[in-house]
Amino acid sequence: MSAEAELSAVLEREDAQPTRAPLPWLRIAARLGDAALPWLLPLGLIALWFAGAEQGWISPQVLPPPQFVWETLRDLALSGDLWLHVSTSFARVGVGFAIGTSLGLLLGAAMGLSQRFEAYVLPSFNALVQIPVLAWLPFVLLIVGIGEPLKYILIAKAAMVPVALNTLQGFRQTPVALREVGQVYGYNRRQQVLEIVLPHAVPTLFTGVRLGFTKAWLSLVVVELVASSEGLGYLIVYGRQLFQLDLVMAAVIVVGAIGYAIDRLLDRLEAAAHRHRPGGAR
Amino acid sequence: MSGISRDAAELAAVQPLRPADRSRWRGFVLPVAAIALWWLLSSLDIANSALLVSPAKVFDTAVDQVVTGRLWRALSASLAREATGFVIGTVSGLLLGALLGLSPLFNRIVGPSFNTFKQISLFAWIPLISVWFGLGDVAKVVFLSLAALVPVVVNTCDGIRTVPPGLLEVARVYGFTRWQTVTQVVLPAALPSIFTGVYLALIYSWLATIGAEYLLVAGKGIGNTLIEGSEHFQMDLVIFGMLVIGTVGWLMNAAARALERRLARWTGRAT
Repeated sequence: MSAEAELSAVLEREDAQPTRAPLPWLRIAARLGDAALPWLLPLGLIALWFAGAEQGWISPQVLPPPQFVWETLRDLALSGDLWLHVSTSFARVGVGFAIGTSLGLLLGAAMGLSQRFEAYVLPSFNALVQIPVLAWLPFVLLIVGIGEPLKYILIAKAAMVPVALNTLQGFRQTPVALREVGQVYGYNRRQQVLEIVLPHAVPTLFTGVRLGFTKAWLSLVVVELVASSEGLGYLIVYGRQLFQLDLVMAAVIVVGAIGYAIDRLLDRLEAAAHRHRPGGAR
Repeated sequence: MSGISRDAAELAAVQPLRPADRSRWRGFVLPVAAIALWWLLSSLDIANSALLVSPAKVFDTAVDQVVTGRLWRALSASLAREATGFVIGTVSGLLLGALLGLSPLFNRIVGPSFNTFKQISLFAWIPLISVWFGLGDVAKVVFLSLAALVPVVVNTCDGIRTVPPGLLEVARVYGFTRWQTVTQVVLPAALPSIFTGVYLALIYSWLATIGAEYLLVAGKGIGNTLIEGSEHFQMDLVIFGMLVIGTVGWLMNAAARALERRLARWTGRAT
């Protein structure tokens, strides 16, 4: 933030004037205006959307009026359908994410602790990572069919990759000074790992877990778009097939809102984890 | 500021780590063993299944795809689309990111909306895009541009806004004009971050290419090769398609990394 303030100070230094204390009400008005700025664009777009629908510039088949979307969203919530789809999606992400994160932590920790294991496994891991979830989909589909395991496997794969790579990095980047302290105190290997390497790696680990969740949520939508008969992604496809764009948009809003809420939550936790890194902030 | 550490982590997730141990042969043990096991299982005919194709069959399919020119047709169609979407997305991303980074007012007006917009899963846009732009190339390119746009905007804006204050002070001491400050101080300092954005855009637009071919089924592309294999229960074709997609992704990664090293040397700073 300070860099930005500095930058704008440099950029606007030609306008620098002798400072005069502005009237208090003027200052309040300026602050209110500043707070209102971020709302200009979304409100403007929604107003345009309203006007377009009212005036019939846009056909409702192409872009349904905002009140339609709102009503659909309300109906979905009231009839309990929304809850059904959300809980299905949550169950999938929950299972897949839990499997993927555990595997990723295990694999990353094993590679981080044993250079030999890393030398055997990491190149193969890197090669498999190059193949995106969508390319795995037909392969896994042919093997396990279109049921729930397909979703679990793909979501787990998506979550595992960032978790494993960040865990490995977290274990690798223990500062030499901390290691030396452990040696001075005559720590054995177990103590080294539990009391030095692991605590220092926790923030990086957490970044991996958070990224893992982002990827898991993204993959959930993809998998449900391609192969499912319930869930939020299915709701989007279903709405599209019936040409009910209000349903599509309502589902997209729900997907975005849930993803955003969980991302915020993990962001808070991650910031807390980074604050508690031993040996000070990096 | 957490945006930076996060994108660095994201980059780490697409950019393969190098093993710390330099004895290369160990890396080959696992794949060779896996292929040997695969070969053994398929030749022993234990699982009497059409799905357990032999490595030789996959190799035959690969040769067939190359000789008949199908691979080339599919791959060139995919890559052409990817390039178009990547260029459009990156150029508009650079402009939008620069505006967001350089103008506090513009940032205040557009920034929050953009941050909300980027939270929505990319693939959730596909059904809407398909209604607005059809199922053809236009829709795919729109989707790809969107995929490339987001990381470029985020990293360009971050790079510009985190220029070290010391550099800006130097510019002030030398009495640089606004234009000079931007072109000679801000942009060069932001270059590594901007490059990270473009790098991510390249990777994302490749993933999105496969996604677009999968979800907007029309036309020819390497994603369609996969779907074809899946629909006809041709495991050999599916495996071949996966290998091609993985290899192209890997080549892009390698090229971008080489370019990044060049760039780092050229700007004289270690990234």
